[in-house]
Amino acid sequence: MSVQITVNINGEDVTREEEPRKLLVHFIRETPGLTGTHWGCDTSNCGACVVLMDGEPVKSCTVLAAMAEGHAIRTVEGLERDGRLDPVQQGFHELHALQCGFCTPGMLMTARALLDENPDPTEAEIRTAISGAICRCTGYKNIVAAIRWAAEHPAAVEQEA
Amino acid sequence: MQTPAPFEYERATSLAGAIAALHDGDGDARVIAGGHSLLPMMKLRLATPERLIDLGDLEDELSYIREEPGEIRIGALTRHVDLLRSQVLAEQFPVFRDAEEVIADPVVRNRGTIGGSLCQADPGEDLSAVCAALKASVVLRGPAGERVVGMDGFHLGPYVTVVGFDEILTEIRIAKRPHGGSAYEKVERRAGDFAIGAAAAALNISGGTIVAAGVALRALAPTTVEIKRAEELLRGSRPSEELFAQAGEIAAADCAPTADGRGPVDYKRHLAGVLTKRALRRAAARALQKEA
Ligand SMILES: Cc1cc2nc3c(=O)[nH]c(=O)nc-3n(C[C@H](O)[C@H](O)[C@H](O)COP(=O)(O)OP(=O)(O)OC[C@H]3O[C@@H](n4cnc5c(N)ncnc54)[C@H](O)[C@@H]3O)c2cc1C
Ligand code: FES
Ligand code: FES
Repeated sequence: MSVQITVNINGEDVTREEEPRKLLVHFIRETPGLTGTHWGCDTSNCGACVVLMDGEPVKSCTVLAAMAEGHAIRTVEGLERDGRLDPVQQGFHELHALQCGFCTPGMLMTARALLDENPDPTEAEIRTAISGAICRCTGYKNIVAAIRWAAEHPAAVEQEA
Repeated sequence: MQTPAPFEYERATSLAGAIAALHDGDGDARVIAGGHSLLPMMKLRLATPERLIDLGDLEDELSYIREEPGEIRIGALTRHVDLLRSQVLAEQFPVFRDAEEVIADPVVRNRGTIGGSLCQADPGEDLSAVCAALKASVVLRGPAGERVVGMDGFHLGPYVTVVGFDEILTEIRIAKRPHGGSAYEKVERRAGDFAIGAAAAALNISGGTIVAAGVALRALAPTTVEIKRAEELLRGSRPSEELFAQAGEIAAADCAPTADGRGPVDYKRHLAGVLTKRALRRAAARALQKEA
């Protein structure tokens, strides 16, 4: 049985008829233009599906779309503002913090939430914050460095198009 | 793709309404709090509720850590992240912070709640041991009103508690006692995983003598085990390394681990002993700091 579900994603209300069992990650990904949020393990372990819910990182494979109604969801597409990359995106670019890119959307959102709360995190604090996200490629070193870069360049703008 | 079996969904607008919905569901309805145990179970078809009652909108009412004159009261919808950051708990019952630092990962901790943790009653879940060592009690509300149940009578077995199908756990209560110290020790395979074994200890020390003791293990038996013989040994004794080693030996003997992917029985018994000793040592140090 379908019900009407409205989720506010990146500031816009998205309304669709869905079964209540629709997971937030799929609700997001089935919205045109919003496939940036990835889904990997499906078991709340890998962190590829992390989005912000009222500013806090959550694993969207373990939240029902219906549970997200009335809350503000922000996805990786919501990081860029007026054509300018968010400092965490710029940091990943500058410091080569991705290879295949599968974990990247979740890493970026987790990093954004960390910096919103703690603008000057230590390496240990960064490692703790991303401990719920798995990267199979980079060995994390560059990811940690990129998040530090973002902390040091809070007003970074895209340098090269 | 893993998707739960179909169900109907409703948002509770009041506690009484949620209880009535559970009652009408006659065993086929379930509440969902953080969903971080229930949704994985539903994806695996280990749980197939026909109706989900989302407690999310009751957060204002049921998420709190309140310091009363004689006790601390924690609302059932309080999330792991709030338990981890609570100054009141860090001061009164540091065992919470010890445990929360190693429960799942920070993103999971943003969603999972204390009520969901206790009611899920996973043998490896951590907060049950914390609450058992602190001799906490829980408030269960059903159609007929409220009842208060001690943690020692809360678990009936793995994944089974005394919570009735039409009852909701609303609050956890922990009595404050003077000169208390508490600590949690856990060993896991990797960061964020459920325990191979874990021990919670709480002591109250007055005039150099232990006047109250709680020792509880998790993941080392089908459900939480309180090590009563160790508690008896500790009460009335003076804290010492030998005493804690003896308590550890009792814990190793009295737990009931099973062999699984996390390790064989003899290793888990060894863990029970070592973790009990370490937790007691740290709990005592914290209690003595307060007495000084
Ligand atoms: C990747 C991962 C790692 C984890 N690691 C750990 C760990 O190391 N240690 C640990 O302790 N836990 C761990 N957990 C579990 C986590 O702590 C869960 O959040 C918690 O067990 C359940 O809380 P919840 O609010 O999500 O409950 P839900 O999933 O919403 O509910 C769980 C069960 O309790 C019932 N319930 C919920 N609230 C109430 C209530 N107030 N009254 C009556 N019944 C209720 C539900 O009906 C359901 O049956 C992990 C979870 C994940 C996904
Ligand atoms: S897909 Fe959600 S945590 Fe892996
Ligand atoms: S870049 Fe490939 S998983 Fe992280």
